[in-house]
Amino acid sequence: MSRILLLVELKGGNDGLNTLVPYADPRYRELRAGIGVSRERVVQLDEKVGLHEKLLPLMDSWRAGDLAIVQGVGYPYPNRSHFRSIEIWDTASAASQTLSEGWIAQTFRGARLGKGIGVDCIVADTNALPSTGPSLRTIVMQDAENFLRQANGVAAESAMNDGGNPALRHLLAVRQEINAAAAGLRDRLRDAPAPAEAYPQELLLGRQLDLATRVLSASVPVVAIKVALGGFDTHANQTPTHERLLGFLASNLAVLRRNLIAANLWKDVVVMTYSEFGRRAKQNASGGTDHGTSAPQFVMGGGVKGGLYGAYPSLSDLQDGDLRHTVDFRNVFATLARDCWGQSYDFGLRQPQRLDFLAQ
Amino acid sequence: MSTRLRRRSFVGGAAAFSAGLSTGLWSVAPARATLAMGFDDARHLLSRTSFGMTPAEIRSLETVAYASAVDRLLTNPRREAMTPAPDWIGMGPAELQRRQKSAEAQRKQGVDGKVLEVMLPVREQGRELRNWWVEEMITTDQPLVERMTLFWHGHFTSSLMKVRHPSSLFRQNALFRREALGNYASLLRSVARDPAMLIYLDGRGSVARQPNENFARELLELFTLGEGRYGEADIKAVARAFTGWSVDRESGQFVEHPDRHDDGQKTFLGKSGRFGGDEILTILLAQPRTAEMIVEKLWREFVSLKPDPAEVTRLAGGFRQGGYEIKPLMRALLLSAAFRDPANRGALIKSPVDLIVGSVRVLGLPVPEKTGLVRMLQGLGQVPFDPPNVKGWAGGESWISTYTLLLRQQFLRRMIEATSVAPMDGGMRMADRPNRRADRREQLPAAETMQMMDPPRPVEGRSLRNAGNEVRLGPTLAGVDSAVLLQTLLPRQPVDGVDASGTAGAIVAAALLDTAYQLK
Repeated sequence: MSRILLLVELKGGNDGLNTLVPYADPRYRELRAGIGVSRERVVQLDEKVGLHEKLLPLMDSWRAGDLAIVQGVGYPYPNRSHFRSIEIWDTASAASQTLSEGWIAQTFRGARLGKGIGVDCIVADTNALPSTGPSLRTIVMQDAENFLRQANGVAAESAMNDGGNPALRHLLAVRQEINAAAAGLRDRLRDAPAPAEAYPQELLLGRQLDLATRVLSASVPVVAIKVALGGFDTHANQTPTHERLLGFLASNLAVLRRNLIAANLWKDVVVMTYSEFGRRAKQNASGGTDHGTSAPQFVMGGGVKGGLYGAYPSLSDLQDGDLRHTVDFRNVFATLARDCWGQSYDFGLRQPQRLDFLAQ
Repeated sequence: MSTRLRRRSFVGGAAAFSAGLSTGLWSVAPARATLAMGFDDARHLLSRTSFGMTPAEIRSLETVAYASAVDRLLTNPRREAMTPAPDWIGMGPAELQRRQKSAEAQRKQGVDGKVLEVMLPVREQGRELRNWWVEEMITTDQPLVERMTLFWHGHFTSSLMKVRHPSSLFRQNALFRREALGNYASLLRSVARDPAMLIYLDGRGSVARQPNENFARELLELFTLGEGRYGEADIKAVARAFTGWSVDRESGQFVEHPDRHDDGQKTFLGKSGRFGGDEILTILLAQPRTAEMIVEKLWREFVSLKPDPAEVTRLAGGFRQGGYEIKPLMRALLLSAAFRDPANRGALIKSPVDLIVGSVRVLGLPVPEKTGLVRMLQGLGQVPFDPPNVKGWAGGESWISTYTLLLRQQFLRRMIEATSVAPMDGGMRMADRPNRRADRREQLPAAETMQMMDPPRPVEGRSLRNAGNEVRLGPTLAGVDSAVLLQTLLPRQPVDGVDASGTAGAIVAAALLDTAYQLK
């Protein structure tokens, strides 16, 4: 069994409390007196929590039973720096530990991957840390068009143009290797059908998901693809920004789902959202929220067993004003490692508690 | 349509177009020995002895005769850093350990069940130390001294990871800087007594009863003779000779314990006597191979990837007979025909320090907080004070893999964008500027805690071509015409092609991202 993981990084720290809303908890109204999502704008999932109405496009997936929501995901001794915290997530490290190898690369340490077309991971945004490491070949296609164009140029010239300069010859050889991957991609992508339904192009995520869909339809043998949506760092006047981002995220993921179902690929893909942290439980004085800790993650895909996982963090037992996490993100990663790729890596957890959101 | 720029070659100040395309190398001005060296020679000299030279720096040198320029580089080398030293450099290892333990205990204990964010002094001092050196490399008025200091650090490696006492590494760095262009023999003698080295290669615990061979082996293999030029018995003799050289726990200073020294008879490289450490070093310094090894390494650092054996022998002979003075050796190296050979221009791969420090300098980027730069260096495989192992950085071609090449491009892109998008000093407060900007560009989240430029860190949103048009050139590059910009930034013709009709910013962006920018 092998599935392709599609990572969706929500950059800036997504406000979990206004994403998966604990609408039934009176503490929520107290903490979020100004920016709380009102009861009638919550799409109820069970007697305690519901989605922000802007996430309505995800309800097809929820009803079909292929949307899992893992609640309260975080890690001990949370760090509230954007960079440090995303690094902790991306390298699956403990808060006190600095690692340089990404968690997906760690998962594949010592594993034998097929030669494929010279690329194992495609990163469509700029942060390639999750797949960074010697075990995987990652191509960052921040600007696919430019990447392929450059690849073309060098491939044509390199053979004749090192001028007897060994340093340049080496550089060109490495470029060649990158370009071989790019060429493989290009050939596959050229023949890939356009997605059945176009993605909203308003923000970059749409373009990135378009690329991801083509990569998947072209059967490029990768283990992961990564896209990102930025702008979640809502310190002030949060509501309009956050609602717009949620709406955009949901509509894009809904299009992705329909496209992959149409291409008969939905069962082979697992989509997971993540963010460096959630936000402070209590709103701040500027109608926004400051950096916090745990938040929910969405996991979607044809092989996903829908429903709520983990426990919603208590709003009356805050730690330093923040939600206490109930699920360590490394357990989510360990689940994916096993159920996407058949790898038993446990990310240094003493007792990994894998969740059960993926069909074996 | 993109026009490929051919590099102009300046002959005595007059511009002439070269036919560089046919050979793949910029053509060179015919030598006019005592006259102005011209742009290309000046550029080449600076590219190997400085970090990220600016057009103004090249211009100020091009009118000078080559030999005088070399002499100027070597005259009155700075023997101390300009950047003020961190304030903890007097702290001995014992005191640091005490503070470290108490911080660890404090962190574990916490207050009211809450774990405290405690600064661990070893880590914090290490961070400050790396930042200190990166700052010195960026701001120094004598980059060649920094290059030489880094060279000696890569030769006589010691790492924070093992030593865990940043003050010792600082003092070792001060030693390398003091002797950067001084004398190799005295440098070697000082290194053998250097506390960081004594900790790094376990000399401090080496006693007559139980000599430790770690330093002895590396002294022969890496610092002087090279592998295969001595036997195991030689290593044992050397280990015995250095017993008793140690480090005082409280002060962190070198200390000699005569009672722990083995003063018995030893045989080393065919010579016998009751050798101590200094006698061993004297014997090693008399070996031609010691000088050759240093010259070969310097050649790879400054001239080309492939040392010329005859030249190495010649230069090494002079080096040894001249009592291991470094300055005359460097002078001879920089004046050598090989150094000035056009075939050796752009024939070295930039180290991560070259790339990162050089790009910051040439772009004139203000980077008050250096931690982000150090993390870039870490991603690219060259953290100051933490060489990967006792052999130091392998350098050369090993700097470039598919991963590091892409990462280099990413960091360069990041720096280009930093000129117009993200301030290098840690971003703005979002509260002051609500999310409009972030919405529009999906820029990375900014906050007061944010630091610029960790390894693969996003400044996303626009394609490079657009970024190029938005590049704001600092005073180092502003107002310089396109051809000179290219000539300054690239050691040879662009490999990937640069659109000469673009804005100056777009040309700088394209040059930085051209494969040729990886060369020096």
